[in-house]
Amino acid sequence: MKPAAFDYVRASSAEEALEVLAKEGADARILAGGQSFMAMLNMRLARPKLLVDIMRIGSLDRIEEIEGEIVVGAAVRQAKLLGWDKLKAKLPLVALALPWTGHVQTRSRGTICGSIAHADPSAEMPLSLVALSGSVHLRSLKKRRRVRAADYITGMMNTARADEEMIEAVSFPVVAEHGYGFREIARRHGDFAIVACAAIVSSKGIRLAVGGVADRPEVRDWPGLSGSALDDALNRFAYELDARQDVHATARYRRELVRRVGRAVIEEAVQCHS
Amino acid sequence: MPLLNSSQRHRVGFSLNGHSVEGDAEPRVLLTDFLRHEIGATGTHVGCEHGVCGACTVTVDGMLTRACLTLAVQIEGCDVRTVEGLATAPDRLSILQAAFRRNHALQCGFCTAGILMSLDAFLREVPTPAEDQIRDLLSGHLCRCTGYTPIVRAALEAAAELASRQPAVQSHHV
Repeated sequence: MKPAAFDYVRASSAEEALEVLAKEGADARILAGGQSFMAMLNMRLARPKLLVDIMRIGSLDRIEEIEGEIVVGAAVRQAKLLGWDKLKAKLPLVALALPWTGHVQTRSRGTICGSIAHADPSAEMPLSLVALSGSVHLRSLKKRRRVRAADYITGMMNTARADEEMIEAVSFPVVAEHGYGFREIARRHGDFAIVACAAIVSSKGIRLAVGGVADRPEVRDWPGLSGSALDDALNRFAYELDARQDVHATARYRRELVRRVGRAVIEEAVQCHS
Repeated sequence: MPLLNSSQRHRVGFSLNGHSVEGDAEPRVLLTDFLRHEIGATGTHVGCEHGVCGACTVTVDGMLTRACLTLAVQIEGCDVRTVEGLATAPDRLSILQAAFRRNHALQCGFCTAGILMSLDAFLREVPTPAEDQIRDLLSGHLCRCTGYTPIVRAALEAAAELASRQPAVQSHHV
């Protein structure tokens, strides 16, 4: 498995990268950490004419707190965010979910924004960004726009990004005094999740986000449910996700995981909230 | 921002285990193939070629890296370390390698080069690891014949030995 031929450009600024995208459109693709996209190239599921490497653009390699949000630049590797000393205090859900993303050996290279750009339905970072109502900062040569994470991911590995745009950063809102829970089931730790669940509990109620089942992360908000009312809500959610059967799991098994793992992460989040 | 043309070979200069080397590669050439075919460093093995098996794991500027998910042209000017750089001399084994040998932590040896690189980098950051940390690290590697138990045992033994010889180790364990 070797990639098909492409030209390669190492951009030294975001503007340079955007100029290439403006000129080449869909023929050009951004290469960041490469932990998803290089595999796509090797399998020839992607065959761009030109790769624009953004990993040596210093201005994109920043984690900043701006107006109540943590803004993570396009060149920030997953290991860097995981090692950020304020992660647990500012983004407890990301601190819980990120160790499930790939392995030590892929987090060292892979970026946060790259995982969101790839938009795999079972990946943890898109799930976390959607659960936290975060947003994606898109930029083209002509303009910048912010898109809500839930609107950015339009389907399985499909996004609202236009050909001439790149993700410049993603932002996770900092929300104090909430409880968080995260768990997933995979065949091997670090593999793609069969089902991944993130729960956020506040005084207003419960939010549950589920990945790995539908074609994108799905979220439900419930006012303070408990007992059998919560079981009923989880059961409805499990069926609404329209689970598919594949080589990893049956649809029925996925629904059961949504009910059980969903319940477990909600209980975890309640405990962490109180 | 020079464009490297797909149909031409481009000069790539980098440091391999502390020595300056250079070779030529088209943009699409993977670091695995570049190391093995162009540079002649065949210690790095090629397994799945999509980042799952871990056989090709090396370090680039200190970062654990799947060589199969890296382009040769990306390592221009970088510090690359491979399994060939672990031992201090051709007829010597590093402490980690010796622990693998003692514990029968390799059988066919296909996955070994990548696992050694992961452990070598990890033990420098976490000199006294718990067993579950070693197992978490090894989740990034597939071994299909030896089994993980002797690999975990070798890693813990090497960690203990390295920790007890810290000052001497630091000087050559660079």
